[in-house]
Amino acid sequence: MALKIVKGSIDRMFDKNLQDLVRGIRNHKEDEAKYISTCIDEIKQELKQDNIAVKANAVCKLTYLQMLGYDVSWAAFNIVEVMSSSKFTYKRIGYLAASQCFHESTDVIMLTTNQIRKDLSSPNQYDTGVALTGLSCFVTPDLARDLANDIMTLMSHTKPYIRKKAVLIMYKVFLKYPESLRPAFPRLKEKLEDPDPGVQSAAVNVICELARRNPKNYLSLAPLFFKLMTSSTNNWVLIKIIKLFGALTPLEPRLGKKLIEPLTNLIHSTSAMSLLYECVNTVIAVLISLSSGMPNHSASIQLCVQKLRILIEDSDQNLKYLGLLAMSKILKTHPKSVQSHKDLILQCLDDKDESIRLRALDLLYGMVSKKNLMEIVKKLMLHVDKAEGTTYRDELLTKIIDICSQSNYQYITNFEWYISILVELTRLEGTRHGHLIASQMLDVAIRVKAIRVFAVAQMATLLDNAHLLTGNVQRKGICEVLYAAAWICGEFSEHLDNPTQTLEAMLRPKVATLPGHIQAVYVQNAAKLFATILKSQEGNTDSTAAQETSQLMIDRLPLFVQSANLEVQERASCILQLVKYIQKLQQKDVEIAEEVIALFAGELNPVAPKAQKKVPVPEGLDLDAWINEPPSESESEDEQPRAIFAKEEPKHSRPRHTEVDEKELAKRREARKQEQANNPFYIKSSPSSQKVYQEAPGVEHIPVVQIDLSVPLKVPGLPMSDQYVKLEEERRQKDKAEKKKKEKKKRKEKRSGRGKRHDSGPESEEDITPAHMVDIVTEEMPENALPSDDDDKDPNDPHKALDIDLDKPLADSEKLPVRSHRAAEVLKSPAQDGDAESAVSQETKKKSSKEKREKKKDKDRDRKKSKEDKKKKKKKHKSEEKGEDLLGGQEDGPVGQSEETSEVAAQPTSTTAEVSDLDFWLSNAPVPSNTQEAATVAAAEAAPVSELASGTAPDSEPDEPKDTETEETKSSKHKKKKQKKEKEEKEKKKKKKHHHHHHHSDGGGEESVQNGTVEEEEPLPPMSNYCLLAENSYIKMVNDIQGNLQDGSQVVVSVIFENKCDSFLKSMEFNVLDSLNSKLQRPEGSGPHDGLTVPFQLPPGVSNEARFVFTMQSIIMPQKLKGTLTFIVKNEDSSTHEKLDFKLHFTCTSYLITTPCYSDAFAKLLESGDLKCSSVKLEGVVMPFHHLLARICFRHHFSVVERIDSCASMYSRSIQDHHVCLLVKTSGQTVSIDAKCDEPTLLGNVLDEIKQTFSQC
Amino acid sequence: MIKAILIFNNHGKPRLSKFYEHYNEDIEQQIIRETFHLVSKRDENVCNFLEGGMLIGGSDYKLIYRHYATLYFVFCVDSSESELGILDLIQVFVETLDKCFENVCELDLIFHVDKVHNILAEMVMGGMVLETNMNEIITQVDAQNKMEKSEVRLTLPVHYFYLSVYQAGQVDTGRYCRSACSCRISCKEHEPPGNAQKHQHW
Repeated sequence: MALKIVKGSIDRMFDKNLQDLVRGIRNHKEDEAKYISTCIDEIKQELKQDNIAVKANAVCKLTYLQMLGYDVSWAAFNIVEVMSSSKFTYKRIGYLAASQCFHESTDVIMLTTNQIRKDLSSPNQYDTGVALTGLSCFVTPDLARDLANDIMTLMSHTKPYIRKKAVLIMYKVFLKYPESLRPAFPRLKEKLEDPDPGVQSAAVNVICELARRNPKNYLSLAPLFFKLMTSSTNNWVLIKIIKLFGALTPLEPRLGKKLIEPLTNLIHSTSAMSLLYECVNTVIAVLISLSSGMPNHSASIQLCVQKLRILIEDSDQNLKYLGLLAMSKILKTHPKSVQSHKDLILQCLDDKDESIRLRALDLLYGMVSKKNLMEIVKKLMLHVDKAEGTTYRDELLTKIIDICSQSNYQYITNFEWYISILVELTRLEGTRHGHLIASQMLDVAIRVKAIRVFAVAQMATLLDNAHLLTGNVQRKGICEVLYAAAWICGEFSEHLDNPTQTLEAMLRPKVATLPGHIQAVYVQNAAKLFATILKSQEGNTDSTAAQETSQLMIDRLPLFVQSANLEVQERASCILQLVKYIQKLQQKDVEIAEEVIALFAGELNPVAPKAQKKVPVPEGLDLDAWINEPPSESESEDEQPRAIFAKEEPKHSRPRHTEVDEKELAKRREARKQEQANNPFYIKSSPSSQKVYQEAPGVEHIPVVQIDLSVPLKVPGLPMSDQYVKLEEERRQKDKAEKKKKEKKKRKEKRSGRGKRHDSGPESEEDITPAHMVDIVTEEMPENALPSDDDDKDPNDPHKALDIDLDKPLADSEKLPVRSHRAAEVLKSPAQDGDAESAVSQETKKKSSKEKREKKKDKDRDRKKSKEDKKKKKKKHKSEEKGEDLLGGQEDGPVGQSEETSEVAAQPTSTTAEVSDLDFWLSNAPVPSNTQEAATVAAAEAAPVSELASGTAPDSEPDEPKDTETEETKSSKHKKKKQKKEKEEKEKKKKKKHHHHHHHSDGGGEESVQNGTVEEEEPLPPMSNYCLLAENSYIKMVNDIQGNLQDGSQVVVSVIFENKCDSFLKSMEFNVLDSLNSKLQRPEGSGPHDGLTVPFQLPPGVSNEARFVFTMQSIIMPQKLKGTLTFIVKNEDSSTHEKLDFKLHFTCTSYLITTPCYSDAFAKLLESGDLKCSSVKLEGVVMPFHHLLARICFRHHFSVVERIDSCASMYSRSIQDHHVCLLVKTSGQTVSIDAKCDEPTLLGNVLDEIKQTFSQC
Repeated sequence: MIKAILIFNNHGKPRLSKFYEHYNEDIEQQIIRETFHLVSKRDENVCNFLEGGMLIGGSDYKLIYRHYATLYFVFCVDSSESELGILDLIQVFVETLDKCFENVCELDLIFHVDKVHNILAEMVMGGMVLETNMNEIITQVDAQNKMEKSEVRLTLPVHYFYLSVYQAGQVDTGRYCRSACSCRISCKEHEPPGNAQKHQHW
């Protein structure tokens, strides 16, 4: 039956759905690829059909195939089609597919902008949710820019479900479009205190991510986070915040001091292991940041170490792992407290869990001392033998080398032992770290002169036994060691016992199987050996030996001459000819040894990895100057390659112009840098990865002592490091005995330039004298090397772009781009058009009012700040004036004047401290002993600060109390002052900007809507809710009234005062005659008829805005209140008192608040039957329907629920929760409005007002 | 940030892959293989953290995983996430799956990967943790499914087709069902009891 009804889609029945696909793949295990390729063909067919359900099904299957590794990017356009389905089911499938396979270079992504915008503003919260989720995965810089504003609006959505998603996605938007960070940040901050815990958690999440990368910009949020930390019970949030503090403390040690107590409390009180762990982590971070010892620090460290020990001892491997991880952090700064748990950590080395062993290894690194190094390494060597699996063994190997070589071999007392360890390590099978061992051998042999004899002997043995290293195929990696061995034997060949034997070993035919670069070293060093042998043999009378050696060379070298490796071949043939020549000379009995030796004379010194970079540019050399004339610009592009060679032609070599002006040079420099940055073949100055060798200050002053070789060092065969352990112990014993004797006589100076502590017992590590003085030749640096400029930051880090000062006030130019014409044009199907338009009108309305509100707040704050500044700041006065100069010279005089006058009066209150609010917060309490109290006090204090700073305090916040400082307690006043000081200059500028802004727009009559807000095909006429309140020759007042959503009895009246005369207006007082129903909110303590001081003064031509809160009882009737503004007009010579009467008109519209409503909810509301009906007809309205709607939306605070052709339903809500529903229909010039509301009086009045709006135009 | 979420079975067959950063398909498969290789060779009673994925991450990233019966749940996260927190999140994820599928087993994930994606989307968004409260997640998932159902009923009796096709393939499912009994992911059984208790704090 059902089949017949849906005849059109009967094909579907035979389509595979996802389940069938999966099942099919499982049934075709043998020829999976083939089966899938037929499936893909089917899918391609399905995608060609018009039926969206079929398409969605196909896309769903593609998503699955994508997971299996099939490229499905060819279906990107179909995915977009499915995304734009009106059905949630398909939309979700589309967005899922998009999130799985779209990325920045998917070109169809730009087609989605409008669709996503539409979904974001969809009345169905799940459409919005699905769009946000999808967008979070594939947002591109373009999408981020175009949608930032829409998403920002969603951050204040009524549904927490949408809010939290919108908040989270902002992080992605910031990453892709860093310019959005500053405009969006106030709102993001506001969400930290959202009533919904999910939203709050999302906001914390985002800010933590941001702060982790650029912590310094978020320091000012510390008080707010501190408050959250002490008040929140959500462990997710707490963990994030605590982690954030861990990132902040290194920047501000005082913050750490403040944190320690509450964190310690949490450690004691929490039962959640994760929280405990994070607390311990952050306490550690704090302790690291506090370099100076505070008395109770050792207690904190002890607590941490103790808690960590508990974790490590736990049977849960996860806790054990994390415990070790955190322990390694303490190790860096407080090695002593960790070292006492050495037993535990060595125990972990035997753990069956590799991750735990690795962590324990990390810890060992910091726990070694001169005393226990050999013991620990011995233990590690045992593990090396036991270890199965190359990864862990390689890790052990690197660790051994790390431990031994750390801080310039600080802990090695016996280098013979170390060399023998390295040689032992070469016996490891299949290690990848041959080059590491090799470089250690080279490093030690070059830098520790005393060890060369021993090293050379060992290396010669290695070369002799090279077959052991190369015999096995698995041992490829280790043959790198031979590179080092050959080089050491060659370079320090004078120390060789039997150079001829070594030379023989180096020229064995088997060498030819080694990698090319090693062969090259062999050949070169064979030549060095040859030179040494010649030298030693020339003294003898018997010249046959020397000739034999030459013959050996001549016999063996041809093997290398045939090498396929260019380097080997070149060196071999060169040396072969040389030896042949030498042989000729030898036959003539010419003494040539000296000359041959001279070929390799001169010591090679180690060079610091950064040395090249630090070579200073010699005076007079301008690397940026052109050597030849730059190719002329007229040359076409394909000629340019020729120009490179052309410069060698003589005609170009005339003397270059020396008078290239600086600007030009700078420009070229810039261009070249750019080019280099883009050129993949240009080696950029990336941070060197080799940073193993840190310079230890003062090492070079260590006197070199002779090695006392009382014990024969000759060890046959491969050395055993254990022997050296024994030898070393004996030596130490002897040393100790000797030292005791010496000490009895007199305390002589100690070696090793490091400050000697008190005689800390015979076992103290200082007493162990190294067997060889580590004449560690510090790496050479060029003379007058430039001071170090370590910039290790990755220039490609996307977070670098987010390093933005968030405390600076917003400039107008930074406002988020709102929907513009260009974006709207990208994809426009006729069906979408209508919806989009109504959405836009609604959107713009909301936006503009919101922006205005925010701006007002900004201004309010600025005003306060500047006022306080004026009182307090004398020192900075001049710089302030300078700042003004830049902005508007003509205002300079009057402002300066007023500042001086008010300043005198307020002088006594100006206290010390040039500290910011954060400084104040940090310094206010030197952590009282009662911790709980401290926390709450701090939290309480943090509250007002954060609210003030947030700049987006909820509307309910009455502004007056803030304005009238006299009411404030002294402490908070004090605080505020400090808080404002720092930013004052910027604020000033900002204030000025606002003045100008208003000045211009008001001059034109009405204030226009935000620039660029409305740019539709038929642009909406500029609209403003500000209407004229009163005006005389001195001043003009315009006002706007907004309901307050949070408080059903409050409305906020924003009044813009504009100074129209040439004089200075001051001491403005705003007063209204209260009625029974409505009252002006006055600060506590003032009488019912007192006026309110307008918290600013107006220089000529300037306008500024003040806000007044009124309390209403009934809102169903419009009202008018009489009021007066009194002010003083101050000229240079005189001042007069003036007043201006006005009538404040509270329309019923002003009690309405734009509230978005979903069509389902709307339908339910209408069905409920609680609403009273009323209707009105407007005649002769000549404007496009969407203008009409926009006008109703804007003027009367409605939102469009749904629009179909020339009919639209609209909704609004009063501050006292009356629902107002409209059905607007238009035919010709007649507009009929049917309305429903649960309060008939209110409805009647609103309709009257709407009617009036349209009769005016 | 969470960089990727992977679910694969004991043989390394991917059951869900969600990358919060773009890689092309080949690299994604390599990552899955590498991760499987790393994770699968670990014993049952070792810690659930792993460093050293070569392809994904780098030094700042960790693999945090849990093994339930036949499935591995692996999260690749950076240092801004709490390790134990993520372990709990995996637990929440699995318990949510268990509620939504009613005794979830590997088969559910095999045949309904789209639904698993939808559930995951309510927990993690763009690599950041969105919601950790299981009830809230289930409420939202259910509401969306309900909406989907109502749409389907309005337009086409698709469920009818699905049902018939499903029945046609009964033999096939039956075969896997038997094995499904043993591979059930009943988290309570496979979770070391002490472990589960310790990390339950929300």
